[in-house]
Amino acid sequence: MNATHHPVVVTGIGATTPLGGDSASTWEGLVAGRSGVKALEQEWAAELPVRIAASVAVEPSEILPRPQARKLDRSAQFALIAAREAWADAGYEGKAGENGLVDPDRLGAVVASGIGGVTTLLDQYDVLREKGPRRVSPHTVPMLMPNSPAANVGLDLGAQAGVHTPVSACASGAEAIGYAVEMIRTGRADVVVAGGSEAAIHPLPIAAFANMMALSKSERAPEEVSRPFDKTRDGFVLGEGAGIIVLESAEHAAKRGAKVYCEVLGQGLSADAHHITQPEPTGRGIAAALQNLLESTDLDPAELVHANAHATSTPLGDVGEIKALRKVLGADLDHIAISATKSMTGHLLGGAGGVETVATVLALYHRTAPPTLNLDELDEEVDADIVRGQARPLGEGRIAALNNSFGFGGHNVVLAFRTV
Amino acid sequence: MAATKEEIVAGLAEIVNEIAGIPVEDVQPEKSFTDDLDVDSLSMVEVVVAAEERFGVKIPDDDVKGLKTVGDAVDYIINHQD
Repeated sequence: MNATHHPVVVTGIGATTPLGGDSASTWEGLVAGRSGVKALEQEWAAELPVRIAASVAVEPSEILPRPQARKLDRSAQFALIAAREAWADAGYEGKAGENGLVDPDRLGAVVASGIGGVTTLLDQYDVLREKGPRRVSPHTVPMLMPNSPAANVGLDLGAQAGVHTPVSACASGAEAIGYAVEMIRTGRADVVVAGGSEAAIHPLPIAAFANMMALSKSERAPEEVSRPFDKTRDGFVLGEGAGIIVLESAEHAAKRGAKVYCEVLGQGLSADAHHITQPEPTGRGIAAALQNLLESTDLDPAELVHANAHATSTPLGDVGEIKALRKVLGADLDHIAISATKSMTGHLLGGAGGVETVATVLALYHRTAPPTLNLDELDEEVDADIVRGQARPLGEGRIAALNNSFGFGGHNVVLAFRTV
Repeated sequence: MAATKEEIVAGLAEIVNEIAGIPVEDVQPEKSFTDDLDVDSLSMVEVVVAAEERFGVKIPDDDVKGLKTVGDAVDYIINHQD
């Protein structure tokens, strides 16, 4: 099936991440090879087995008015900030319908979160135990529901074509982008605001991820702990934030003369059916997702020059991903500059696919692949060209890039983008 | 000691300011919580719980529906406080 006769393009980007409060400062940090990982100074962190994380660079309380912020889970605050940036970047203002550029019933929102309003849930449970049921906030349910970031973005922009929240752990953000592409291709919407958000830096998720041996317990300096593809990697670093883009049918974008970053070719999906959390070691599922992508789009592997790897810095996952790419792409993998931006942002879980889509779109737009931090000694099982040290130029002409995201539960999502 | 009408208006103004961000001077007895002060039904529950605590009254859910304006709440508190 070739679905590219209805091309979908990216017209706006937004982010709030450990590297910056918007997409420009985030990109600047990525290209400079700056780490957003820091020691956790909060009192509650003292007793934890892991005391580092990549918290957002700009607190949402500095941006959102307090009466609004107090009714939003932190994940929805991030989503709103990133969505508003993307919306304005795409040349829209106000709500859909107000400026005549897009009808509300042709605008959708697909914003994912891996674990939803977990800090709201836990904080309100503390209120229940310490102050009693009467003091539990009446906003608790709309704050903790996993669709809260999507719903609030949809409300803010006036999206009436549909508001959705795919949930697939750390693949959620990428699944949201893929879902948005489908909404436009199937004619349900002309414009969709899509991406992912996560806010889970709290002692309970940290203890839980640490106890399942997913987080690094390294005693290195915080900025050196996230080290995808390095021989000594031993787990991920928890990050937080959101990345959101505006997707639009090429026809709609052209009609209003919008700036176009790149084309979104589509998504390849699969599931491992192997283990609830362990990656399938040969990369079979990831390979299937990539194969599905190649079969459903007109992507020519010869055009691929860049990939934003899922690469979380875990021993098994990073290797399986590269094995899968090699299996499907063969010698074409040799002309793909691979960046593992989690080395700088940490792992944003359901926000990762959104932020890394922003990074991939900007990599194509600026024709530059960000470096992978802390890659001192490449794992000998990693047979691929990982960008290390400094950012690398990506060359001229029509170029394409992949963005991989995989999640607990065995979810595999591969997205493809191409310059126009 | 029971709070005076002025003290209750001032207290509610602080609560509404905290919850909805409305300037305290705008919170006057004739103002409607939903129409004038940007207090939706969920935020109204917060206003009620904060008022209960501050003025030592109990405001059952069934009575909350009757509190349309700041003045309604002031009268309710005056009539129900110890």
